[in-house]
Amino acid sequence: MDTKIIFPEDRESLNLHETEESTAMDPQGQKDPNAFVFTKESLKKKIRPSEFLSEKLITGVAFLSIAIIVLIFFFVFREAFPIFTQKEKKSETQVTAVIPEKYGDTSSGNTVKPEQYGAETPTPENKEEGKTEIKNTGNVIKPERYGVPEDSIQESTGEEEYTGSEISQLTPAETFHLSSLFGKEWMPVSERPRYGLIPLIVGTLKVTLIAILFAAPLAILAALFSVAFAPHWLRETIKPAIEMLAGFPSVVIGFFALTIMATALQAVFGYETRLNAFVGGIAMALAAIPIIFTVTEDSMNAIPETYSEASLALGATRWQTAFFVVLPAATPGIFAAVLLGIGRIFGETMIALMATGNAALLSANPFESVRTLAATIGAEMAEVVFGDTHYSVLFLIGALLFVFTFALNAIAEFYVKGKLMKRFQGKLS
Amino acid sequence: MKTSKKITGGLLIGITGFSVFLIIAILIFMLVMIIIGAKGEFSWKFITQFPQNGMTQGGIFPALFGTALMVIIMSVAAVPFGTITAIYLTEYAHEESIISKSIRFAVRTLAVVPSIIFGLFGLGFFIKFIGTGMDNMFNAGQLKWAQPNILWASLTMALLTLPVVIVSVEEAIKSVPREMRDASLALGATKWQTIRKVVIPGARSGILTGTILAISRGAGEVAPILFTGAAYYLAKLPTSLSDQFMSLGYHIYIMSTQSTNVDQTLPIQFATTLVLLLLTFTLNLSAILIRVRLRKK
Repeated sequence: MDTKIIFPEDRESLNLHETEESTAMDPQGQKDPNAFVFTKESLKKKIRPSEFLSEKLITGVAFLSIAIIVLIFFFVFREAFPIFTQKEKKSETQVTAVIPEKYGDTSSGNTVKPEQYGAETPTPENKEEGKTEIKNTGNVIKPERYGVPEDSIQESTGEEEYTGSEISQLTPAETFHLSSLFGKEWMPVSERPRYGLIPLIVGTLKVTLIAILFAAPLAILAALFSVAFAPHWLRETIKPAIEMLAGFPSVVIGFFALTIMATALQAVFGYETRLNAFVGGIAMALAAIPIIFTVTEDSMNAIPETYSEASLALGATRWQTAFFVVLPAATPGIFAAVLLGIGRIFGETMIALMATGNAALLSANPFESVRTLAATIGAEMAEVVFGDTHYSVLFLIGALLFVFTFALNAIAEFYVKGKLMKRFQGKLS
Repeated sequence: MKTSKKITGGLLIGITGFSVFLIIAILIFMLVMIIIGAKGEFSWKFITQFPQNGMTQGGIFPALFGTALMVIIMSVAAVPFGTITAIYLTEYAHEESIISKSIRFAVRTLAVVPSIIFGLFGLGFFIKFIGTGMDNMFNAGQLKWAQPNILWASLTMALLTLPVVIVSVEEAIKSVPREMRDASLALGATKWQTIRKVVIPGARSGILTGTILAISRGAGEVAPILFTGAAYYLAKLPTSLSDQFMSLGYHIYIMSTQSTNVDQTLPIQFATTLVLLLLTFTLNLSAILIRVRLRKK
């Protein structure tokens, strides 16, 4: 009874005659009034301020993830908010234009190339632009902000004065109405900026559809093979291969699509524009396959053994069991997998930037260049004026993306999981 | 009747097998093409040299250095917070309580939020909100922190990799046998002492795995650092937290889409891609090996 672990830090504070009593202590350090009588000293000993603090700290830190989600909501919307209050913004536009801004220099860049992202010039890869610019800046040893001609590159500028003509450049933005977000043209840097989101949304949906049509069947069938048909050694090879594919950074997949896949697919299908929705979709499918595969396989493995055993005992063959028992039983999980895959494709930025051609065309043809929502943010955020309408619209796009993926995840999480649990537990008990 | 059934069955099994074959074939094709493309350029010199001649020649040392520095700062931020959250979830929170459920939901949401959103958040929160505040407080309104730099990029990346750390540490903590915890508590140790002396040492390899996986993820992501700190070309290495930095992934992106001679620098792009791939694969592989050893225990 009188043996007790004495932790080094307690040694000084521990009185030996209390050893017997302290064995009756509750593990949580709570007092048990029936067990022993407290002296003043024994009470003192049990208050461990450092432990109390660390435990509170742990609880506090644990809420960080929730806090981050809330903060993302708040700050992305905060930057997007000005476009909802355009009337107040009218006067502010002038003010913000005079305030030294980091990216302020880009407005002069816009005057040089107003129709940079115009739909009329579907330059598939921005290569032409890049070439002309870098010829100027290639040897300048300064942090580069791409898309900015040489004369306007300044390290952390600030001091730049806005001339009258540049302010008049900003004036069209003041006539911005919320309804123009539903326009059919996305031309944020032209003389008369147009912020129609329709071509971007259609483009994103087009790419997502192509990608999911390619990725979902492939990944689900592969998962079925791995669960139902593959011998043990093969399963042990498939898993690392999928994990390896999941380990491919999206910029690498984008690069592969841009340099090799685009040329190969063009040779096969013979379409005109080298970089288009089709190439981008296939490339994004590669990014989505590991997610869909893993979630599907997990949900198939979660099906009770008794299901397939019963089926086999009734005389069904292995493929009948796989397709008519395992596959239907895993539908909620497969549904969740596809949702997560869609979420991944929808928000994919680097592949979209590199492989889809980035022209905001409104068409149903899968072999034409598209510009997705995420790619628009990635390509244009670095060159906008802080506080500009364009800036706010980009944040609004970000907010849309965030809300969309949040909703997808919530559906996958609560609806599907609940259904899956009910199905297995309800039928078993 | 029986033969037709057999044919259907064979066909269906064939289709599923073909899917697996196709995925693995694409994977191998990608690897082979990247290795072939990089063959001429990939060397020790390539890794240790600075870019030369307007980035049409030379190596990628600054990009490698920038990536390494970024993932170190990122781990310093992400690993402690991730570990503590995992400890809370496994040791303190009740599995079915609303708090634990909502934290788990938040963690999973963080894992699926598109990476570009983190970039936007980094810009709106770290640079514009915290950065401007810091400038006003310590720098008399002079522009220093309210612009993209390596600190903001690393912190943005830390948010992105937080779920990775949480998930793998949680798994490791759960693998610490209940008996060990009970034994420690039965001997009179408090809960906190048990966690410090029994649970955390038992989960050490899980924390390591989580860190490695987070680094591998962070090294490959580009979208979050597009406008929070990555630079196209810098003549010198970043020396302070308020410097911009070059990164491998960003280097690939910018070289393949916006550089002077995209065709001429193709070997450099392939070699950079190969370096990035080797980096992430080595990290992932070591994480897997550690995990396998952990499971065997």
